[in-house]
Amino acid sequence: MTSELFLQYVFAGLTYGIIYAIVAIGFNIIYNTTGIINFAQGEFVMLGGMIAISLNNFMPMVVAIVLAVMITMVIGALIEIVFIRWLEKPSVLRLIIITIGLSILIREVALHIWGESVRSLPYFVGNEVTSISILGTRISPQVLWVMGVCTVMVLCLSLFFRFTLMGQKMQACAANRTAATLCGINTRNMVTLSFMLSAGIGALAGCVMSPITYTQYDGGTGLAIKGFTVAIMGGLGHSMGAVAAGLLLGLLEAFSVSVLPLAFQDAISISILLVILFVRPHGLFGRKDAAGLKEF
Amino acid sequence: MKRYRPLAILAVLVVSVQLLTHWTGTPYYLTQLTMAAYYSVVIIGLCLLMGYAGQISLGHAGFFAIGGYMSAMLTTHNLLPYQDQGWVVLLDKIGFLVASEDLYGGALLAFEPWVAALVAVILAMVIAFIIGIPILKLKGHYLAMGTLGFGIIVYRVFLASEIFGEADGISEVPGFTLLPGVTVTGSFGARIGNYYIAWGMLIIAMALVLNLINSRVGRALRAIHGAEDAANAMGIDTARYKLKTFVLSAVLAAVAGVFLTHYNGGIGPSEAGVMKSVRYVSIVAVGGMANLWGAMSMGIILNFLSLRGLFGSYDDAVFGAILIIIMLFAPEGILRLNLLSKLKKILGGNRS
Amino acid sequence: MEKFLKAGPATILALLAVFALILPTGCTKKEKETIKVGAILAVTGGASFLGGPEARTIQMLADELNAQGGVNGHMVELIIKDSGANPEKAISFAKQLIEEDKVFAIIGPSTSGETMKIKNIAEEGKTILLSCAAAQVIVNPVAKYVFKTPQKDSDAVKKIYAAMKDKGITKIAVLAGNTGFGKAGKGQLTKIAPEFGIDVVMAEVYDKKSTDLSAVVAKLMANKEIQAVVNWSIVPAQGILAKNMRQAGWNVPLFQSHGFGNIKYVETGGAAAEGIIFPAGRLLAPELLADGDPQKELLINYKAAYESKYNEPASTFGGHAYDAFKILCRAISQVGADKEKVRDAIENLKGFAGTGGVFNFSPTDHNGLAIDAFAMWIVKDGKFAPYQK
Repeated sequence: MTSELFLQYVFAGLTYGIIYAIVAIGFNIIYNTTGIINFAQGEFVMLGGMIAISLNNFMPMVVAIVLAVMITMVIGALIEIVFIRWLEKPSVLRLIIITIGLSILIREVALHIWGESVRSLPYFVGNEVTSISILGTRISPQVLWVMGVCTVMVLCLSLFFRFTLMGQKMQACAANRTAATLCGINTRNMVTLSFMLSAGIGALAGCVMSPITYTQYDGGTGLAIKGFTVAIMGGLGHSMGAVAAGLLLGLLEAFSVSVLPLAFQDAISISILLVILFVRPHGLFGRKDAAGLKEF
Repeated sequence: MKRYRPLAILAVLVVSVQLLTHWTGTPYYLTQLTMAAYYSVVIIGLCLLMGYAGQISLGHAGFFAIGGYMSAMLTTHNLLPYQDQGWVVLLDKIGFLVASEDLYGGALLAFEPWVAALVAVILAMVIAFIIGIPILKLKGHYLAMGTLGFGIIVYRVFLASEIFGEADGISEVPGFTLLPGVTVTGSFGARIGNYYIAWGMLIIAMALVLNLINSRVGRALRAIHGAEDAANAMGIDTARYKLKTFVLSAVLAAVAGVFLTHYNGGIGPSEAGVMKSVRYVSIVAVGGMANLWGAMSMGIILNFLSLRGLFGSYDDAVFGAILIIIMLFAPEGILRLNLLSKLKKILGGNRS
Repeated sequence: MEKFLKAGPATILALLAVFALILPTGCTKKEKETIKVGAILAVTGGASFLGGPEARTIQMLADELNAQGGVNGHMVELIIKDSGANPEKAISFAKQLIEEDKVFAIIGPSTSGETMKIKNIAEEGKTILLSCAAAQVIVNPVAKYVFKTPQKDSDAVKKIYAAMKDKGITKIAVLAGNTGFGKAGKGQLTKIAPEFGIDVVMAEVYDKKSTDLSAVVAKLMANKEIQAVVNWSIVPAQGILAKNMRQAGWNVPLFQSHGFGNIKYVETGGAAAEGIIFPAGRLLAPELLADGDPQKELLINYKAAYESKYNEPASTFGGHAYDAFKILCRAISQVGADKEKVRDAIENLKGFAGTGGVFNFSPTDHNGLAIDAFAMWIVKDGKFAPYQK
């Protein structure tokens, strides 16, 4: 393998990987505060892209994206308020099924609003054929945009959790809800906030990746499955683990193309996941005791 | 034998529905009722696993597809090009192969449906056993992910393999002659017979599962569901019971897959898809997790309506909405709604 | 433990109630004048890019027809069933339409997998099936009641290979999506290649939902022998592939299948779509046809009607359903509303101009289109233009 080809694979893998990582982080934010996996996470990504594309017809792209992210955050909050907030001690299984139902419903609503056609935002810089040369290989500037925006997002999130009062409240919620309540934290609001936050980052990811991947009404499901895979691989609730696992899976998929038929790509990445689950069920980077805490 | 009384009532109902369609001149309803009955076999198997053993499976469509696809492939894959090879001659001599002619006059040498069905079900059983040992050690989200992953792998393999027809699936699957004169086939003339085959199978499966949950095994399963560690401490070999239940529910799914594939005359990758697995889980949830009768009746009703295209382009949307509404307002399943529980009291009260 | 025993009778009662509600509606209304036409199309689900335009097209045509007083005085009642590209649903619907609604003919399904599953059902039910799916196995071997309107994929392949030969291309890579369409195309591409002295150096199948193909582009690009790429898939992958190839700086000619025949795909492909060469029917630019061409007027009319009604560009997919519907109506207008006679009439229909080409059916050819149904197109300045070497 030439170094040029090697680098092509690396960039392809990093592009997939960072997208998976962002979806996985969305899963983790909600998981941490509520202990549930939100299966509608992929739909936030789709909604963000779709709304931004529609708004882009009337306003500059930056404004459209900002508005789309905000609208998706409101949708995220509404979902929590309408469907989850008022349930008394719901079982985890019940919540999983509700979010699966939401995912189906959002997808079908999107189909009837936007139709089955494929859309996309314009490239942020240049157009579909623009590419820049890095170390002898050529990649689209949009790939750098995706990587850049996602990296900034991950950094901001970790700063938010570490240094802001709100972030620390959410962390307290994640660590021990009862204790957090006793300290005067409104844990219910924290849950709503976590839905808003994960809807927002999902929507932003949906906007920046739209020129590369296109946006279609049913694009969320596949992403959710990949994101879920990555979240588990990295250890549930472990954001940095998700980033590492996402990049790892992305690279793995890119390089698997060089030796195996593409048709089996997904089967291979899932097989690896199963092996990890069997030998190290708490994920590559998660802690064993943490994994044991939250069950059905 | 009291526990078999509802089954007897069900059997009577099955017969009366057939007679009703006969008298009203609407026998075509039996087509979708037959298909719905097969799907309900999968659903009661899954209900046993989820509701009684407390183990979720988001990959059950995979077992259905293994049964259906294997049987379809073996009964349609033409072995004529290999007919001089030793193994084909040997299989032919034992009577495992059957020569026939397809609809357009082509000669075909393929496996006897009985052999194919047995191979398919045994394969599903073995796969369930092998995958079940490590997967059932997982809990909660990890178990959900593990079974989901299994389902995706099965789907991908069928979709990517030429021998399974890739995206087109397998067509022109012949009928499955159970006994002389009793054939699982979709031809218009065999509709009534096939209706009884499907419902007979559903009743047998119900009897089997009802029997199981009333036995020692059933009590052990409920103990596992309640508190696995406590059950372990009591000396119940939880891993073994869970595995047995998993394998049994996989076998039920595979058998349903074999029969429905012969009935439909074909199978496509959508039968193995994640959405299908989610659908099975949801129907169990809507029927009430540990409520075999609820799961069965929801399986029949929802599949029947969906297969008749009642919801049109809103099929998935209606389905998602039902799911959310039931989980929000009646998490114990639709048959545990107050209104129905009153009815239940009136009907069931005098017996207990 | 007693719980489920108690639930039993209640369940059964619930079942009974449901059947009681459903059964009476089964008594079908008998209107002698109306011709019922069934349609099984993938309006939602993975093949909705086919089924959506198809369903909208025949709905439009049926409304138009009925507004003009129907065919031979018969109104047409359209029953569209959305299969979501699930074969099991297509099977159920086919039986339902044939036995219960007693439809005159069925249009669809949209995908070849579904069509193959209901081919035998249509034969047994003696109901005309006009498939909108591409694969050749649908009409080969010929089944008495089964027809299809899309052009042969082997003809599309031959057109592409002929163009390659002119360009002096002999070594190619083949890419296909994992759909029925991609599968059939890949099969024909590898089968026909030797006839044109073309060597398929590499072949890959990718997921229909792929979001990025740069890894596989890198793999193909590393093989310096490859002079051109043929891609057989549908949206969104056909646009993604074009972008990934051009971004990687790989400028070999890119050929696409006739699935590229929709101006929307050129728009989503943007600058990367420039120079894509593909075969397709003449719907893409009917104004370029010579005056007096049998297809010209109907293509322009269909395009204008569809685009003004649904506010989206007309595609060749919708055209397949257009042809199916029009062929059926023509046959009925010739011989009246008799299934067997109409079947014979379709089989003997000659010189019928549709969106896909000029149909000449015969007892051995239930597709009726020849290779000249295709023209080669190239994307130039964001528009379709006839391809000249």
